[in-house]
Amino acid sequence: MSSYPSLAAYDINIAVSGLKTGDNPQPGVPVIRSLKAAGFAGKSIALVYDSMESGIYVEGLADAAFLMPYPSAGAEAFLNRIDQILQIIRIDVIIPTLDAEIIQYIRLEKELQKRGIKTFLPSEECFLLRDKTKLASYFPPLGISVPDTFLVSDIENIPSGGGDYRYPLMVKGRYYEAFKACNAIEARQYFYSIAERWGLPIIFQKMVPGEEYNIVIVGDGEGGMLGMVAQKKLVITDKGKGFGGVVVKNVALEDFARRTIDALKWRGACELEVMMDSDGTCHLIEINPRFPAWVRLAEGAGQNQPALTVLGALGEPLKSLSEAKTGTMFIRHAEDIIADISQMGNLTVQSQIIKR
Amino acid sequence: MNTELIKNLAMNDNGFIFDPSSGYSYSANELGIYILRLLNEGQSKEEIIATIAAEYEVTPDNISSDIDHYFLMLESLDLLEL
Repeated sequence: MSSYPSLAAYDINIAVSGLKTGDNPQPGVPVIRSLKAAGFAGKSIALVYDSMESGIYVEGLADAAFLMPYPSAGAEAFLNRIDQILQIIRIDVIIPTLDAEIIQYIRLEKELQKRGIKTFLPSEECFLLRDKTKLASYFPPLGISVPDTFLVSDIENIPSGGGDYRYPLMVKGRYYEAFKACNAIEARQYFYSIAERWGLPIIFQKMVPGEEYNIVIVGDGEGGMLGMVAQKKLVITDKGKGFGGVVVKNVALEDFARRTIDALKWRGACELEVMMDSDGTCHLIEINPRFPAWVRLAEGAGQNQPALTVLGALGEPLKSLSEAKTGTMFIRHAEDIIADISQMGNLTVQSQIIKR
Repeated sequence: MNTELIKNLAMNDNGFIFDPSSGYSYSANELGIYILRLLNEGQSKEEIIATIAAEYEVTPDNISSDIDHYFLMLESLDLLEL
């Protein structure tokens, strides 16, 4: 397997967010594991929002963990917290992995650079084009199919089931959560439950029958892809999360991903969710602006994409990753982590844990 | 008969078959794998029937309907275009 990209020669500390694992895992733990697999020997720093993010307590994973203010607290609170952390430990690179926080990191790129912290993220304009509320207007004129989408901010505008929008329909939050509504009554329930957690508008999307594929990509910011791994989910939980998958190689999918990233000029990590219908036509369902929780599959298939984004953040010249090994599979394994309650106490009271 | 899709399949001797373009996997018995390999070599249905009849010491009439059924199953799985 290729030794590129290697982080062994870099004396840096890397901060990663999203350390929750469990039934709806976040990408932080697999990202740190991939960095370590690339020879990273610096300090791994967890930026967490909750003392119950399980990855904090995994032995040998994060060397320090710091509680962060929620993105809704604003830029000042965020930068104040970063400044406090920098008095304790140096941070060279941050890999944010949660949808709701990415925009803040993009907007504060220069402020972070002043503090010696680098990221590898898209421009704000590019980030906003892939917002679920914009997807259906931006991409179809460029020849990239997106299922018909309808934004609802008022419960009275929920489709009745007649006309163009017949049930079942997908009902989605702007950042997270998606449910299949079989009728207007179910749609109203999902509308309230998603609006309460993620705000308005709620996205109603026509369902496309076919096979779902997920593609993890690192874009170079100029329309090219430095890495691309497509997977077919093999195990799906009752929440629709993929807990197992296999790397596939499909020319139509690759072409679709290439055209999508070219249209977007995406820089850094993202995940495309694609439905392929029975004719082999691909439809873009979502673009998630960060690594997915299954990103270790890419590393296992020969593409260490998290390590590549670190090199990108450091401003190193980047090479395209070698082709992923088709047939590589992952299956998620849940494990009980044992720790002393005092660790959680430190995090709760002092907002930090320093392990190493 | 279009066998291009079968050419892409990864098969092992235990009967496990993986389609790298769709991510689907299948299992087949020894004879099923053998027929897929013959298709991979470019044999027609008639040639496959003759090969198997000779190998297993049966008449072509004994096995042609089974082969037809197997081919229809491959077609329903989008692995073969008849």
